Amino acid sequence: MKADATLDCIGLYCPLPIAHTAKKLKELEVGQVLEILADDEGIKEDMPAWCKTTGNELLGIEEDAGGYRVYVRKSRFDGRADLRE
Amino acid sequence: MAEKERVTLIVFSGELDKALVAFNIAIGAASSGMEVSMFFTFWGLNIIKRNEGSIHSKGIMRRMLNMMNRGGSKRTHLSKFHMMGLGTWMMKRLMKDVNSPQLEELMAMAKEMGVKFIACTTTMGIMGIGKDAFIPEVNSFAGVATYLAEAREGKINLFI
Repeated sequence: MKADATLDCIGLYCPLPIAHTAKKLKELEVGQVLEILADDEGIKEDMPAWCKTTGNELLGIEEDAGGYRVYVRKSRFDGRADLRE
Repeated sequence: MAEKERVTLIVFSGELDKALVAFNIAIGAASSGMEVSMFFTFWGLNIIKRNEGSIHSKGIMRRMLNMMNRGGSKRTHLSKFHMMGLGTWMMKRLMKDVNSPQLEELMAMAKEMGVKFIACTTTMGIMGIGKDAFIPEVNSFAGVATYLAEAREGKINLFI
């Protein structure tokens, strides 16, 4: 899958992948896709849940030997106003 | 845009493990676009006491209490297997091993994300400690009415 930016969360546990994703997505434009690399299995459940809460679109999760590639499209980030700047 | 969801956490416990969980949830909620307030009361106040210097209080009983209950994030220990510091030291090592942030880093992260820290003035009064006992990151000093006013608007309220 083609992404506009990549975020490396390899070796990181909850809540860091989610927190970093929220921060990174602020730098992207609506409609752009962020690729998140992670190896904590919790991401498989957490990222769909986070997308549901925030209104961003989960495009898919790919799994390989190194871990997971998660693709999120920025649709409507409902985060705090001061974080969006 | 829809009104932000509100999360309130009552941090009653002063132990390291419970504090880690509290800040973990706070950061997760803030990352999910929620408004988060943490109410520190009773032993929970120890987490947000400053690490440096001494804490002043009046009267022999309060002075003794605050000597034994000095507090500060760096002095917190595990609720289980503290083992005179060995267990807590080991847990911190294990966390470092897997790049898990220490309590102080989580606190800084939460603050950066706009999580509010509120200290309970009743406990401060009972224990005889003033505002100067706390880290400057504390947003306000208040009581149960403040907590309730926020909690009644929140969908998620936790007592830790």
